Amino acid sequence: MKHVLSVLVENKPGVLSRVTGLISRRGFNIESLSVGPTEDPTMSRVTAIVKADEVAYEQITKQLHKLISVYKISDLTDEGAIERELVLFKVNAQPERRNEIIEIANVFRAKIVDVGRSSLTIEATGDESKLKGMEDLFRAYGIKEIIRTGKIAMSRNSKEQ
Amino acid sequence: MSEKQVKKPTFDKQGQTMSGAQAVVASLEAEGVDTVFGYPGGQAIKIYDALYDSDQINHVLARHEQGAVHEADGYARATGRVGVAIVTSGPGATNTVTGIATAYMDSVPLVVITGQVPRGVIGTDSFQESDIVGITMPVVKHSFLLQSTDELTRTFREAFHIASTGRPGPVLIDVPSDLASEEMLFVYPDSVSIPSYKPTYKGNAKQIRAAMKAIMEAKRPVLYVGGGVISSGATDEVVELADYMQIPVVTTLMGKGAFPASNPLDLGPVGMHGAKYSNLAMTESDLIVAIGARFSDRVTGKVSEFAPAARVIHIDIDPAEIGKIRDAEIPIVGDAKGVVSALVSNLKKAEAKPQTAQWLEKLQAWQERFPFYHPHVVEGEEAGTIVPELVMTSLSEQLDPEKSIVVTEVGQHQMWASQFIDREVPRSFLSSGGLGTMGFGFPAAIGAAIGEPEKTVVCVAGDGSFQMNSQEMATASINRVPVKVLIMDNRCLGMVHQWQKLFYHERYSSTLLDACPDFVKLADAYGWRARRVEDPAEVDDAIAEMLSSVDPYLLDVVISRDQNVYPMVAPGKALDDVMGAIDVAVGAVRTDMPNAKEPKSPCSKIDAQFGGRWEIDPEDVKERLDVAQAVAQGDALSAAEVLRAQTSANTTWSAREE
Ligand SMILES: Cc1ncc(C[n+]2csc(CCOP(=O)(O)OP(=O)(O)O)c2C)c(N)n1
Ligand SMILES: [Mg+2]
Repeated sequence: MKHVLSVLVENKPGVLSRVTGLISRRGFNIESLSVGPTEDPTMSRVTAIVKADEVAYEQITKQLHKLISVYKISDLTDEGAIERELVLFKVNAQPERRNEIIEIANVFRAKIVDVGRSSLTIEATGDESKLKGMEDLFRAYGIKEIIRTGKIAMSRNSKEQ
Repeated sequence: MSEKQVKKPTFDKQGQTMSGAQAVVASLEAEGVDTVFGYPGGQAIKIYDALYDSDQINHVLARHEQGAVHEADGYARATGRVGVAIVTSGPGATNTVTGIATAYMDSVPLVVITGQVPRGVIGTDSFQESDIVGITMPVVKHSFLLQSTDELTRTFREAFHIASTGRPGPVLIDVPSDLASEEMLFVYPDSVSIPSYKPTYKGNAKQIRAAMKAIMEAKRPVLYVGGGVISSGATDEVVELADYMQIPVVTTLMGKGAFPASNPLDLGPVGMHGAKYSNLAMTESDLIVAIGARFSDRVTGKVSEFAPAARVIHIDIDPAEIGKIRDAEIPIVGDAKGVVSALVSNLKKAEAKPQTAQWLEKLQAWQERFPFYHPHVVEGEEAGTIVPELVMTSLSEQLDPEKSIVVTEVGQHQMWASQFIDREVPRSFLSSGGLGTMGFGFPAAIGAAIGEPEKTVVCVAGDGSFQMNSQEMATASINRVPVKVLIMDNRCLGMVHQWQKLFYHERYSSTLLDACPDFVKLADAYGWRARRVEDPAEVDDAIAEMLSSVDPYLLDVVISRDQNVYPMVAPGKALDDVMGAIDVAVGAVRTDMPNAKEPKSPCSKIDAQFGGRWEIDPEDVKERLDVAQAVAQGDALSAAEVLRAQTSANTTWSAREE
C-alpha cells in the first residue's frame, strides 16, 4: 500500500541522501519525492511516497527515526491530509483547437503559462485524482511533455493538538 | 549502553587559541582518549603534527588503514570505551570502509577521523579526494563533514556522544585540511544536546509487568542473550534473572561472555553451529526472552519454522530491531541493564517461583545426549592428526577466563572457538559476528591487548583470515604488544571448503590455499616468536609456551584439511534440523549427516568422507534406538525428529538411485 511519509529533517548538505539512501537500501522504491525548507530555516521537510506493506513500512520508519538528522516522521496516509502536486503539461495545440484546451484548463482551474505556435503549456495543482483527470483529457490532443514536482502533504487543522 | 559520564574537558587547553588540527587533538584529549590508531598522509599531516605534541594520546601506527580501524574496534570491544582511528583522505579513507562496516554491524562505538582535501577543491576530483561521507553513509551511525572551525569542538563532542550512547556505533568525522590550519578558539562544550537523538533507556513499566507475567506463566522459557547485554553491562542482572527464575540461557556469537559458561543454566551457543540442545531448546520453548539480540538468520534458521510455540519478549535499545524478524508479543525498548533489573525486582515483589524443573531436566538430558564433543568420535581419526576441538579445549583450559581475551577471525576456527572456549566475563570473546570480516581478528586482538594490557590476548585465526591483515605483525612488534596468534592451519578456506563439500558436490573451486607462506618464517621476519605443531602430543605444551611468552607469539597448528564444523543447520533449514550432532544414545556418533555418498549398509564406513570420524553408520543404529526410545518416553519432539531423519534419508537414497 502507498504511504505518504512526511519527514522533518535537519537542513544540511547530504541529509536528503541519508533519507533516500536509507529507504532505497531497505529495498523500497520512492514513487514521489519533494523537499524544501520549513518555517524554521534550519529544518527541511521531505515528503516521500513509498509503496510498502505494513511490516516493511514500520521498519522503514523505525530506521528513519534512527538517523540523527531526522527530527520527526509523520504518516499522512490515513489522515485525509491535504495533498498537492504541481504539474506542467505541454499539450499539442493547433490554433483551431486551442480554445477547447483552454476551456478544459479553466474547468480544472489550471493556468495557461505559455503559448507556442502548436502547443500550450498549462500549470495545474491539485490532488492526484484531479491531475489524473486532466491528464486523461489532454491525452486526446497529444501530450508533448509532463513535469511534476512530486507530492507535498500537510495534516489538516482538525487533526492538530 | 547507558549514558556515559561526561568527561571534564582539559581546562588547561580550554579557551586557548590554536589551529584546527590542534583543536582536533585537544578535543580527543577532552574526551579522555588515551590511544588512537591510524596512518598519516597529506591531508592528515597537520593533525599528525599536532598529535606529536600530545602527552595524553598514544598513537599506534598501523600498517594498513583497515588494520587501524579493526585495532580501534578491538580496543573498544575489550574496554567498552570509544575506539578512535585517524587516517588521511582518498585511499586512506576508503581503506577504512570494511572496518567501519564491521563495527557498524556489531554496534561498536568508534570515532573515525578522516583527512579531506581543502573545502575549496571538494568536488573537483582533486588529488586523493574521495567522498568518504557518501561512501560510508550506509555503514555509520552518523557522520560529519566539518564545514567550519566554529563547529569543530561541538562536532567532536556530539560524535563521541552518538558513538557511545543508545545502540553504539561508528561515527565518522571528515576534516578538510584547510580547517586544520585555521586559527580558532578552543572551547570544548561540556554538555551535548541533540534534539533529534534521544535514545530510550528506561523500559515501559507496563510492558515490564507484562513481561513478568509472561515469565511467571512460562513452562519452557529460554533467555536468548546477545551482544546488547555486553554493551549495556547487564550481565549481573541477566544472571540474577536466570538464577532467580531458573531459566536456561542461550547466547549468540556476539553475546558470548555475557553469561558465565560455568553457570549450570548456560546452554552456550545457539544457531547455525550452535549446540543441538540449544537449538532444540529454542524450538521447543514456550517463551523466548530476547535481550540485546536481533534474531539474526545465523540464529533463527528458517524464520517461519523458528520457535513455533514461543511467545516473545524482546528487550532492545533499538526499537527498529523489535519485530524486524520475529513479532514480539511484549516489546520493551530500553537499556537492558535497567529493564532486566526492573524485571527481577517485579518478579521478586510478586514472589514468583521458578517452574522450570521439568524443562531443565529435559534440557539436561539433551545436553548429555548431544555433546559438542565426544572422545569416541575422535577415535576414528586419521592417526596422528591434530583434532581442532581438542586444541580449542586445551586453550580454554589453559586460559584464566577472568584475565584473558579470545579474539577470532572468521571461518571454521571461529566456530570451534565459540563452541569450545569457555568464557566467564563480558568483553572476553571478540568476533566479527554481523559482517563476518576475515582480517578483523588479528588487528582487533592487537587493539584489545593495547586496551587491556593486563590480560592475555589470543587470536584464534584461520590461515586464510590471518593473511588478510598479517602486515599488522609489525604493529605488534614495534609497539611490543604481546598478542598471541593461534592459527588453525588447514591450508584452505575451511568454511567455504566445507560448504563446497556439503552442498556443491565436492567441487573445491578456489578454496585450497596450500602451505604458503611458512607462517613460522613469516613471524620470524617480523621479530615474533613462533612454533609449528603437527603432533597431537605437542599441542598442550605448545599452547603453554605460547601463553607464557612475553613477546608476540605465533602458533601454527596444522590440522587436517577435511575437518568439518558440526553440528550444523544448513542455510535455509529449520533450527532443529541439525546435522552432524553427536548422539550419545546411539554410541556417540554424528547423526543426520548430509549426502552420505556410499550406499547404506549395516557396516558402512563413511568416515573417510567426513574427516574420518565415525566408524558405524549412525543412521542404522539411530533409527532403531531413537524410535524405540521416543515411543517409550512419549516424546513427540524426538519422535518427529526421527521421522524427519528417516524421510530425508529416504529421499536421499531414492534421489541417488535415479
Ligand atoms: C573479507 C572476507 N572475504 C571472504 C569471506 C568469505 N569466507 C568466510 S569463511 C572463509 C574461509 C576462511 O578461511 P580461514 O581463515 O582459513 O578459516 P577456516 O575456515 O579455514 O578455519 C571465507 C573465504 C569473508 N567472510 N570475509
Ligand atoms: Mg583455513
